[in-house]
Amino acid sequence: MTFQGWALILGFVAILIALTKPVGAWLFALYEGRRTPLHVVLGPVETGFYKLAGIDPDEQQGWRRYALHMLLFNAMLMALTYAVLRLQGVLPGNPQGLAGLSPHLAFNTAISFTTNTNWQSYAGESTMSNLSQMFGLTIHNFLSAATGIALAFAFFRGFARRESRSLGNFWADVTRVTLYLLLPLSIVYAVFLIASGVPQTMGGVVDVQTLEGAKQSLLLGPVASQEAIKMLGTNGGGFFNANSAHPFENPTALVDFVQMLSIFLIGFGLTWCFGKAVGNTRQGWAILAAMVILFLMGASVAYWAEAAGNPVLHHLGVPGVNMEGKEVRFGVAASALFAAVTTAASCGAVNAMHDSFTALGGLIPLFNMQLGEVVIGGVGAGIYGFLLFAILAVFVAGLMVGRTPEYVGKKIEAREVKLAVLAIAVLPLFILGMTALSAVTAQGLAGPLNKGPHGFGEILYAFTSAVANNGSAFAGLTASTPWYDGLLGVAMWVGRFFIIVPMLAIAGSLAAKKHTPASAGSFPTTGGLWVGLLVGIVLVLGGLTFLPSLALGPIADHLAMIRGQLF
Amino acid sequence: MNQDLVSAFRPAIAMTILFAILLGLVYPFAMTGIGQTIFPDQANGSLVRDAGGRVIGSSVVGQAFVSDRYFQTRPSAAGKGYDGLASSGSNYGPTSQALADRVKADVAKRRGEGVVGTMPADLVTASGSGLDPDLSPAAAEAQVPRIARVRGLPVAKVAALIATNTGESLFGDPHVNVLALNRALDRMTQ
Repeated sequence: MTFQGWALILGFVAILIALTKPVGAWLFALYEGRRTPLHVVLGPVETGFYKLAGIDPDEQQGWRRYALHMLLFNAMLMALTYAVLRLQGVLPGNPQGLAGLSPHLAFNTAISFTTNTNWQSYAGESTMSNLSQMFGLTIHNFLSAATGIALAFAFFRGFARRESRSLGNFWADVTRVTLYLLLPLSIVYAVFLIASGVPQTMGGVVDVQTLEGAKQSLLLGPVASQEAIKMLGTNGGGFFNANSAHPFENPTALVDFVQMLSIFLIGFGLTWCFGKAVGNTRQGWAILAAMVILFLMGASVAYWAEAAGNPVLHHLGVPGVNMEGKEVRFGVAASALFAAVTTAASCGAVNAMHDSFTALGGLIPLFNMQLGEVVIGGVGAGIYGFLLFAILAVFVAGLMVGRTPEYVGKKIEAREVKLAVLAIAVLPLFILGMTALSAVTAQGLAGPLNKGPHGFGEILYAFTSAVANNGSAFAGLTASTPWYDGLLGVAMWVGRFFIIVPMLAIAGSLAAKKHTPASAGSFPTTGGLWVGLLVGIVLVLGGLTFLPSLALGPIADHLAMIRGQLF
Repeated sequence: MNQDLVSAFRPAIAMTILFAILLGLVYPFAMTGIGQTIFPDQANGSLVRDAGGRVIGSSVVGQAFVSDRYFQTRPSAAGKGYDGLASSGSNYGPTSQALADRVKADVAKRRGEGVVGTMPADLVTASGSGLDPDLSPAAAEAQVPRIARVRGLPVAKVAALIATNTGESLFGDPHVNVLALNRALDRMTQ
C-alpha cells in the first residue's frame, strides 16, 4: 500500500462530497419540475414529446398508476431491444456482418439492460453490431437510469407530501431527468472521452500490421457515446468484452478516475435532494455519512488485499501486489477502488477482472452487492433501497424505546414495515435459492471456469450480481447457456421490479399520512447515533444473511490461498 | 384498472419510439459528427503510422511483442494473445492450478533470459483486457540486458529510453507504452 493509493481513495470521496450539493440542487429543481437554463434549448423537445405521446405532464398519479406506466414503458423498451437483437442480421449498421442473437441470449440481454443490470453473457466485439449497441442498448442506459431516478423522486414525494393521493407524474419525471440531466452530461462527457482516445465512429474493424509484422484487427465503433452514459447511469455494460479494462473504453488513468467519479455522482446528489425534499438537508447528509462509512470500509479492505498480493504467486518467486487481471496504467489502488465503487453502486463496469482478485479482494465486491447495493447504489435505486433500510432502522429504534417509530415527519406503521421486509427479503431468497439450485445441477455446474471454492464463488457472484442488478461478474463463468441466461434473466427482473412495487406501495401509503411534527420523544434521525444505527442495520440485515455463503466461497478460497492449496 | 391499462399503452409506445430515436440514433450520430470533426485522430482509434504511412497499430491499444529484439509485452488472454477482436482476462482465481502453472513457466522463461533480482509482477501476469499497452518501468528495465545483447547496444542507452517514455499520472501507476518504446528503440538502432 502506498501513500498515493490512500490519497487516491480519500481524494476521490472528498471530490464527490464537494459535488453533492450542486448536483443535489440540480436534481431538486427537476424533482420540483422547475425551469432550468437548459429549457431554452430542450424545452421544445420536452413539450413536443408530451404532445406526440398524448401526455399531460401535470396529471397527478397515485402509486398504482405510477407503477403501471413505469412497468408498461419498461416492457415496451424491453420488447424493442429483444426485436433489435434477434433481427440484428438483417438490420443496417452492422459492418462486421454479425448474425442475430439466439432467443435465450436476446431474452437475457433485453432484461439485463432494461433492469439497469447490464449483465453481459456475450462478448461485445463478436456479438453486437453498431446499431444493436446504440439502438438496442444505449437507450436503456439512459432510460433505466431515468426510471430509477423517477422512482426515487416518487418515493421522496411519499415522505414530503401530506394527506395526498399522488406521487407525481412518471412521464414528466422520466422525460425531465433524461433531457435536463443525463443527455447534456453525456454529451459533454463523451467529448472528453473522445479527446482522451475513446473511439467514436460508425466504422468497424481496422486491420493493422504490427511493428513485428503480425496482423492485428482493431474494432472501432460508437464507443464514447455509450461509455459516457454507461457510467453516469450506473449501467456498466461495456462495448467490449473487457469493459473498462479495455484501452479503447478507458485509455488513461485520468479517464479512469473520471469514470469512477461519474458512477457515484448522481447517487451522492440524490441524498442531498432527498434531504431538501423532506425539508431538512441534514437528513440527506446523515444518509450520505452512513453510506460513505460503509463504502470506505469496503474500499480499504479491497485495496489492502490486492496490495498484499497472492501468496501462491509469492511462493513462485513473484513478490508484491496482485497484478493478474489488472492493467499497468491503473495499478492496484485504482483497480481496487474501481471494484469497490462499481459494486457499491449498481454499475458493474470493471477496470480489472474481479475473478482474478485475491480471495478477500473479491469478497468485497460480492459483499457490497449483497448489502443490496445501497451504499450510494444505482442511480435512484440506491437511495430508495437505503430508505427501506432506514424504515427498518427507525422501527428497530422504536421497539427499543417503546414508541411508534417516525421518520422525517411520517409515522412508520405495520404496513410500511411489512412491505419493506418483503422488498429486502427478495435478495437472499433469490440469490441463495438460485445459487443452491445451480450448485447441485449438471447445467449449473457446467458453468464455472475455476474449480474448488472459487468455482462456487463464480456461481454465487453471478446470482448476486443479477438480483442486485449490478452486472459485474466473476467472468470465468460461462453464462451464455439456456440455464444461466434463463435463470439470470428471471433473477434480474425479480431483483428490479419485486423491490420497486412494494417500495411504491410504501410511498403511496406514506403520502396519504398526516405530517407528524418531531417531538421530544422522537428518535433524532440526523445525528451520529442514527448514522451508527443505519450502518449497523445494513450490515446485520443485509450482510449477515449471506455469511454462510461467503464462508463456502471466498473465505474457504482465502484459507486455501494462504495454505497454498490449488485447484 | 382495465381502462387505466388501455390508456397507458399510447404514452408507453409513443415514448419508446421517440426516446429510441433521440437516444439511440440522434445522440450517437451527433457525437460521431462532433468527434470526427474536432478529434478525428482519437475518434478513429488513435492509429499510429510508420514513416511510409502504413498503419502499424494504435497508440492506446497494446500489440504483441514476442521477438528478442523488442521489449516484450505482458502475457495476454485475448484470443491467442493481443487479439483486438477478443479482449479478455484469464479469469483464473487466486487458487487456480492453471494460473500457478502459467506463472511458473513464465518465471522460468524470464530467468532463462537473464532477468535477475525481483521479478516484476506485471511481467508474468495477464492483464484484464489482454490488450494492455503498457509495462511497468521495472518490467521494461528487466528486459534491458537482453535487448542490449541482441542488438549490440550499450545497456545505458537502452535503459535511457525507458525513462524518456515513462508516463506518470496522479490517478494511476507509472507506465511505459511498449509500442512507443519499441519504435524509439528501432529509431536508435537505425
